[in-house]
Amino acid sequence: MALIVDLIGQGVQMLLVVALAPLMLGITRKVKAHVLRRIGPPVWQPYLDIWKLLHKEMVLAHNASWIYRTAPYVIFGVTWVAAALVPTYASNLMFSWSADLIVIVALLAAGRFALALAGMDVGTAFGGIGSSREIMIASLAEPAMLLVVFTVALIAGTTQLSTIAENFIGGEVGLRVSLGLALVAFICVAIAENARIPIDNPATHLELTMVHEAMVLEYSGRHLAMIEMAAAVKLVLYFSLLACLFFPFGMATADKSPEALAIGGLSYLGKLAVLAILLPIGETAVAKMRVFRYPVFLGGAFVAGALAVFLLFVSRSL
Amino acid sequence: MRSYAFDIAHLLAGGMVVLSFLLLYQTRITAVLNVFALQSIVLSLSVAWQALIQDAPHLLITAAIALVLKGFVIPAALHRIVQKLGIHREIEQVYGGGPTMLLGLGLVALSILLVLPSGQNVSLLVREDLAFALSVLLLGLLMMITRRNAVTQIVGFMALENGLVLAASGAKGMPLVVEFSVAFSILVAFIVFGVFVFRIRERFDTVDVSNIDRFRGGRGN
Repeated sequence: MALIVDLIGQGVQMLLVVALAPLMLGITRKVKAHVLRRIGPPVWQPYLDIWKLLHKEMVLAHNASWIYRTAPYVIFGVTWVAAALVPTYASNLMFSWSADLIVIVALLAAGRFALALAGMDVGTAFGGIGSSREIMIASLAEPAMLLVVFTVALIAGTTQLSTIAENFIGGEVGLRVSLGLALVAFICVAIAENARIPIDNPATHLELTMVHEAMVLEYSGRHLAMIEMAAAVKLVLYFSLLACLFFPFGMATADKSPEALAIGGLSYLGKLAVLAILLPIGETAVAKMRVFRYPVFLGGAFVAGALAVFLLFVSRSL
Repeated sequence: MRSYAFDIAHLLAGGMVVLSFLLLYQTRITAVLNVFALQSIVLSLSVAWQALIQDAPHLLITAAIALVLKGFVIPAALHRIVQKLGIHREIEQVYGGGPTMLLGLGLVALSILLVLPSGQNVSLLVREDLAFALSVLLLGLLMMITRRNAVTQIVGFMALENGLVLAASGAKGMPLVVEFSVAFSILVAFIVFGVFVFRIRERFDTVDVSNIDRFRGGRGN
């Protein structure tokens, strides 16, 4: 019986992240339209888009290989697994033992690898340029992300997300400048990884600035649906990770009573909604960067992460 | 060991190091001046906190001097200079932003490693304070080296002095006379700098010091 309850708890989380993903995308688009004084499509529009794509005919290039055909499912699969592992409304679910921060970084890197291969597979110029840019951004963002992981791991003493969240809820961590720095670095990395302004514009098809869109330009039909869905799930994944690492308050921990779970669920939804509203406002406030400025932006994230580790090192080892 | 007093001192001193990096990163002149003012305000908060936890009321005077002089008077005066020179919208060319930041990280690591083995009988708070103060100082020096504009070089010098005050506030028993004379000399230095900037400008039509290299027989640009 206990096993079934545990399984249901984990299953709810797995379904939750996928079910919420298009909604989050819809909210960010709606808020962005409002900030720009437009009306914008309804918040459930991404659901309709994905439904439409799933029923449309698929067009394949003549020279598309099996990589091109399987990549969308691989990308969606690994992103979904990563998103389902991050604690959302409760810690210590059934598969929480495998929810390690480094595993999640690695899963996302695997997805990116598949996407970059698929972008180059058909052999169009756009796909190649998109892939090369994506890998450049990844090679800059990943060290910064790993430094964030180190910071959090040094403070909590583990890289396992559930345990980190529980430690931070306990409030024994105190006031740390390192955590603030790690948060800044994490936000920079999240912006770069999710292809948001100022790194990439998710709504553009202007060839000079495309990164993510350039790689998926050739896709159509259900393949495109998978890729769009993966992008949406990735956004939710980063939101959940931010909430879990830096604002875990409200999450149900040891106490798995219905009330605690309800509080956890509601606070999770609230956190997601706040982030989905803040993201487009921040995006509207800044301008898109030139490609050559990316190293400076992500280098800033790296420096913040490294500084966080240094400061921690000082207060710890002296 | 893990106490509230230590955490806040850590937060403020760490914040100063972060702001030093922001100074290195920032290329717009007015933004550099604002960041410098913010760093001085954080410095005065940090010194005031040291005064509270060390029970040393004379440090409050140091904090007040830092707040008034370097938090408000000098940044305002620099803003005036920049306005008068007409370079307030200028974006400075910094020698390789990325390598500079990495160099800065190296300097922070160096100062931590230097202070780490010094004396086991000194308290944790003092040693940490020293490590941060040394890194603020070195980052100020780095900023003076990497900048070409005379005004931002002045800011680098002032940031270096912020590091000195931070170091002094952590050590017990710095006499007030020293603090007064340091503050006074900073003011004098600032006036001299201010005069010099205008002289440079009058003579060479620019405050970009790389142009002056040409007159020394360097390559210039």
